[in-house]
Parts: sequence; structure tokens; C-alpha cells
Amino acid sequence: MSKRSPFLISCMAFGFAFLYVPLLLLMIYSFNDSKLVTVWGGFSTRWYGELFQDDQILGAARTSLVIAAMSATLSTILGTICGLVLARFGRFRGRTLFSGMITAPLVMPEVITGLSILLLFVALEQLIGWPEGRGMTTITIAHVTFTMAYVTIIIQSRLGQMDESIEEAAMDLGARPLKVFFLITLPIIAPALLSGWLLSFTLSLDDLVIASFTAGPSSTTLPMVVFSSVRLGVTPKINALATLLVSAAAFCIVIAAIIMRRAERERERAIAKAMAEQEQM
Amino acid sequence: MSQFARNLQDQVARAEKGGSIPTDTPRSIIQIQNVTRKFGDFVAVNDVSLTIYEGELFSLLGGSGCGKTTLLRMLAGFETPSSGRILIDGQDMTHIPPFERPVNMMFQSYALFPHMTVEQNVAFGLKQDGMPSAEVKKRVAEMLDIVELSALGKRKPHQLSGGQRQRVALVRALAKRPKVLLLDEPLGALDKKLRERTQLELVNIQESLGVTFVVVTHDQEEAMTMSCRVAIMNQGRILQVDTPHAMYEYPNTRFVAEFFGSVNMFEGILVEDEADHVVIDCPELSRPIYVSHGVSGREGGTAYAAIRPEKVALSKEEPADTSRNCSTGVVQDIVYLGGESTYLVKLDSGRVVRVSLQNAYRAAEPEITWDDRVWISWQPSNVVVVSS
Repeated sequence: MSKRSPFLISCMAFGFAFLYVPLLLLMIYSFNDSKLVTVWGGFSTRWYGELFQDDQILGAARTSLVIAAMSATLSTILGTICGLVLARFGRFRGRTLFSGMITAPLVMPEVITGLSILLLFVALEQLIGWPEGRGMTTITIAHVTFTMAYVTIIIQSRLGQMDESIEEAAMDLGARPLKVFFLITLPIIAPALLSGWLLSFTLSLDDLVIASFTAGPSSTTLPMVVFSSVRLGVTPKINALATLLVSAAAFCIVIAAIIMRRAERERERAIAKAMAEQEQM
Repeated sequence: MSQFARNLQDQVARAEKGGSIPTDTPRSIIQIQNVTRKFGDFVAVNDVSLTIYEGELFSLLGGSGCGKTTLLRMLAGFETPSSGRILIDGQDMTHIPPFERPVNMMFQSYALFPHMTVEQNVAFGLKQDGMPSAEVKKRVAEMLDIVELSALGKRKPHQLSGGQRQRVALVRALAKRPKVLLLDEPLGALDKKLRERTQLELVNIQESLGVTFVVVTHDQEEAMTMSCRVAIMNQGRILQVDTPHAMYEYPNTRFVAEFFGSVNMFEGILVEDEADHVVIDCPELSRPIYVSHGVSGREGGTAYAAIRPEKVALSKEEPADTSRNCSTGVVQDIVYLGGESTYLVKLDSGRVVRVSLQNAYRAAEPEITWDDRVWISWQPSNVVVVSS
């Protein structure tokens, strides 16, 4: 291996420091005994204890998780349908417009998305009496509108890579189109569905702006609680909460990476074995 | 070619002529009637009519974009004809969807289901028909036995080599015992050695199961080795349907003669048109071409004379009759191909003629070599006159 220049090494160190020092500080200070966030008062886990006593934070976390799970599921279903149309419908009039409109929420400012959805909900309530007030339902619907775009893009690109003759073969062997979709297409694109779901889940969990517009008094999400409590002054409890969230995310990523690595290695071994047998023949 | 295929060829030839003996008439299994398929302004298949008989191994041969794959996809039901009808086993199938047709297809990419094992792949079609699972199991084992893959039934497609995948795709399509099996470039993805072996395997399986095969291929040698009959397509039209032998010896057009094997094509003027012979004057040759059979041409019109390289004789000595069917030239190049060699002879007019000679002896030095002055000559019966 060639010798790396000190310049490159310091560049790398600076880059990583830029990304991770704030997080590291936050994690360290979550174990701070002092009530003041900026003064070190010795090691302690008391803030973790207090965190689990705080009903407001726990309730908000539960709300956020439920909303994230519901909106991820809904947007995965809708996004898959859109992706399927874009990838399999061939050329039709207004296709470019359709795909543009599906992906537009990706670049739309969140404030505008949030505001417009709020106006829609208010108008709907006056017109047909639904949704009654704002709460988890409205937040979920609002989240679906923008997470769906991500799922659509993931599914569309996955279907674009898939050999269409696989679906034709299933049809040729006697399966009707709906059966082909559930028996052949869906299992093949399942990993894309999963990553679409996970992405929607995290996006929904993260979202502050759109949730603030569409939330009601009884439905405060975790980002909203964090944001409002920080405005009143940061407590080390928030540090503890953030540390838990970062650790959970890191844990999930590591597990997913390990599973994927293992599957890939298994596949390579199997291919090598098949090739060796072929040569013996 | 086996005796079975040879007999079938004879029967089909008689049926096509219309004067068949009732007892051994081959049954037509596919009738394509005036089928046209347009994609916008592009005519992919242009007014094609064709009859394929039960038990045949029929090849659709042509270059890329000639419409052969579109025609095959219309038989499978993935494309609908713009006009015309398709009958399979006597029933109109023109607008029947693929999942209700009594035919199956083997795809060029094999299209194996990646998330299923070999056994599940083969069983898929049977399960769609609602076959009891005990019977499915038996049939799958039987099918895998045919291609000697019984030991690999639990593998996933990505754990197989290319040749193994090809065989799984074949038996998956055969498992439902279709009336007709459609094969889209079945050997296209295999290397040369494996391809030659698989050609014979495919023919054996076809004959032992008695299923009609319709094979799409761009490889003229492949079509020649495997087929009972071949249809040559160009620009959406079928130019000729014949046995490989007739296609090679009696091509009806210039395109067929040049596509099906190599040929020396001479353009000339029909100067003498009799019932039992014709004479063509070709400016590239120093003497006229005398053909010992009548042709349907017009005296004074342009005619094309095709002579296969192996039917041209090469000699340093002057032939007995130098008034016709011969010319002189210089050996420009010799292409050694193992079993035979191709001599490229440059005539005095500048035209290069290909002559194939068998390397029947392991002589140290070939008799004729580079820059030798030689005579080329051919028998009057070995010339085929084709239309353009």
C-alpha cells in the first residue's frame, strides 16, 4: 500500500471531525451530572432516568413512532403503485407531466407543503366535516404526500432494472396479471419496498415543519417537543434523548449492513461453486 | 438429422403440395393467416402467412429487426396482430391472452424466477393449472430427469451455470406439455462448444416428447442443423419456407442464397432462354454461364446466377470445354479452416470468387498455392438462377 500524505490524512480528520464532533459532544454531555448543559459536573446517568419519567417526551415519542409507521406503510403502498405505472405503463400522453408531478414534493419547500395541506384540511372540514380537527391522522396524511415521492423513485428504478420477460414468463405459464404481480414482481422488488419503507419511516420521524402545520393540540410529535423545549432552554434530558436516537439509528444501520454483507458473500460463494462444477463436467 | 425428422419432412412436403395420402397426413398445428403487425409507421411483420405442422422443429431465421421475434411473440400472445388471424390447433387465438394459450415460451434471457428454486420454477406453470401437488412433484422430477438436473432441484437460479439455467428454462416451458414450444434464440447465450452439444440435445428432447418447436434464430448454421423446415424472413416478410437442404440448393431469391450459406453471385443478362437451358452473359466472367434447366426469366433481362463455393472446381489445367462455365484468375488468398480451405481467386475482371476445397489428405504442400494462375469451372446443373 502506498504511503499517504500528511495533507490527505489531515483533510480526512478535519472532515470527520466536522461531521461527528458535535454528535460526540452531545453524547458526552448526556452523561453530565450538572443541570447546566455547558458545565461538566461529573459522570452520571440521572438524565436517562429522568427521561423515562417524562410522560410528555414518552408520549410524543409514541405518537411519532405510530405516525411514522402508518405513513411509511401508506406511502409504500401508494408509491409502489405509482412506480409501477411509471415503469410499466409504457409511453402515454402526459407521462412526463405525471412523473414530474410525483417527484415535485422532493424539491417543494416544506413550509409551502405544510401550509397548503393545512389549508386543504381546513377547507375539507368546513365542506364535509372531515377531518375533525387536526391530529395524528392529518399528520400521517401530510407525511404520506412527501414520503411517497421517495418510494416512487426507488420502486421505479428497481422495476427499470428488472427483466420484464420474467413477468412475461409467469404469464406465459398461466398466471393472470394480478397473480404475476403478487407471486413474481412483489417478491423480486421486496428489498426495494423495505428500503422505501425505512426511508419514509425516518423522514416522517424527522419531520418538524409539516408536522407543526398539521398537528393538533393532542398530537405533539417528538421533534416538536424537542424543538419547543430547546427554545425554553436546553436540558440535559434532551441530550440523553438524542443520544438514544442516534444509537438506535446507528444500531439499525450496522445490523442492516451485516445482513446485506452476509447475503452477498453467500451469493458469491454459491456462484463460485456452480462455476467449479460446470468446469468439472 | 434423424430418420423421424426426415420422414416428417417428406410428409410435410406432400401436404404442402396438396396431394397427400390420408393415412400419414401431418396435422397443421399453427396457421398464421395474413398477419401484419405495425408499430406506428414501422411494419414489423408484413402480411405473413405460414402453416406449421405437428411434431416439426420449425425455425424462423433472419437478421436483427426482420420481424422474427415479433412473429414469435404474437404466437405467444404478448403482441396482438394489427390484422390477420392466428390459429393454434384449429382454434382462433388472435385475441386470446398469453395465460390462456396452449403454447409455452422459452425466453432468450431464460427469465427464471430468481426468488424460487429450480423445482419451484418448473412447478410454477403446473400449479397455475391447479394440478394436485403429488402430481406436480412427480412431473417436476420427471422433467428435471430429462435434462439431468435432478440433483440441483433445491438450488436458486443464481447458483447455476449458464448451461444449467438454459436447461431449467427449457423444462420449465415444457412441464405443462404445451402443444407448441416457442424458443427465442434458445442457444444465443451459450459459448460455441456448449451450443453445438446443446443443439443435438434439444433435437433429441423435441423428438422424444413429440412437441412442436418453433425456434427463432439469427444463426443460419443452427437453423440448418436442427430444423425440419426453415422460414427466412427479411424486413417483415417471409421470403422462403423450405427444408434446409432445399433452402441451400434451391434458394428462390438473391437474399436467401446469400443469407443461407456463402455463395458467389453473378449478375448478368439472360441472352438465351429455352425450356431446357438458359445462357447468362456476365461481364465479370470471360465466358457465358450455361444453366442446364429452364428458369422463369425474360430474355434480355437481368438475371442472378448463384454458385456455391464448394461446387466450383479449381485446377491449374485447362478444363475440357473452355467455351462456357469457366474463367481464369490468380489465387489471391487461402483461408485455412481445418476441414476445408477457402481459396479466394481474383478473376481477370477483378472480381474475387470463393472456392471451397476439402482438405482430404495431410499432404505436406497443397497443390495450388498463392499467386498460381488457375482455372475455375462448374457443372451446368450446379448453377441456381435467382430473382433479386
